[in-house]
Amino acid sequence: MIPLSWYLVFSAALFSIGLFGVLARKNAIAILMGVELMLNAVNINLIAFWRYLTPTQVAGPAFVTMVFATAAAEVAVGLALIISAYRRRNTVTADEIDLLKG
Amino acid sequence: MTSIQIIFLLAAAGTLAAGVFVVSSPKILHAALWLIVSLFGIAIMFALLQANFFAVIQVVVYIGAIAILIIFGVMLTRRIMQDTGLQLTRFWWGAALASLGIFAGLITMLSGWKAADIALPEMSSSGTTQAISQLGQALVSPDAYVLPFEAASILLVVAMIGAIYIALDRK
Repeated sequence: MIPLSWYLVFSAALFSIGLFGVLARKNAIAILMGVELMLNAVNINLIAFWRYLTPTQVAGPAFVTMVFATAAAEVAVGLALIISAYRRRNTVTADEIDLLKG
Repeated sequence: MTSIQIIFLLAAAGTLAAGVFVVSSPKILHAALWLIVSLFGIAIMFALLQANFFAVIQVVVYIGAIAILIIFGVMLTRRIMQDTGLQLTRFWWGAALASLGIFAGLITMLSGWKAADIALPEMSSSGTTQAISQLGQALVSPDAYVLPFEAASILLVVAMIGAIYIALDRK
């Protein structure tokens, strides 16, 4: 039997790896990948808590379904923004997309 | 140590190693391929948690759609971002410090929490099937989650239309 804490430690580690990717990567698409890792870590937490604490209720899976839909929307819009920025500025480096910098 | 624990540890180690490659690989396309490995490991986690529906959805939605979309994005923007040189910002040590700090904080919080070693409630295979049908009914039931479900559908449609509009080539 796997203790609940193993899942929680695993998802905490995955979340931290994703956070590092978001903060440290230069490429905007790599930042999106880091966000995906973080969202997946959250999903594992939600499913693990549902399975161990409230397996008869439906709130956990319902929330995970919403996270899936939101993640799909986020990737679609994010990639569209990156491709649009690439067309106009010829770069996908987050440092160089600084139009709004004062 | 039981066989299921060994499967968990192997899947967890594989997923975390793939995740490290995702954030550290100098070639962005390799990072995208490692992301697929990582997402597959998470599908194994869902299967271990007897959330079979989400294991399948993980493969279909994340690997089948999102990862492929990201690979398309990488290929459409490839020429400029050369695969040589450091792919991390100057302040990558600060990012490493912040993520390590968050990880340490989460672990400290977990170690002080009694319910973390709760026993796994039994769930038969018919219970798994029942959970899926419960979820399906709850998502369209006015007493449960029909409103968030519809809001998520509208969000998806709006995001798709917005993505097409933003990425449209007007020249």
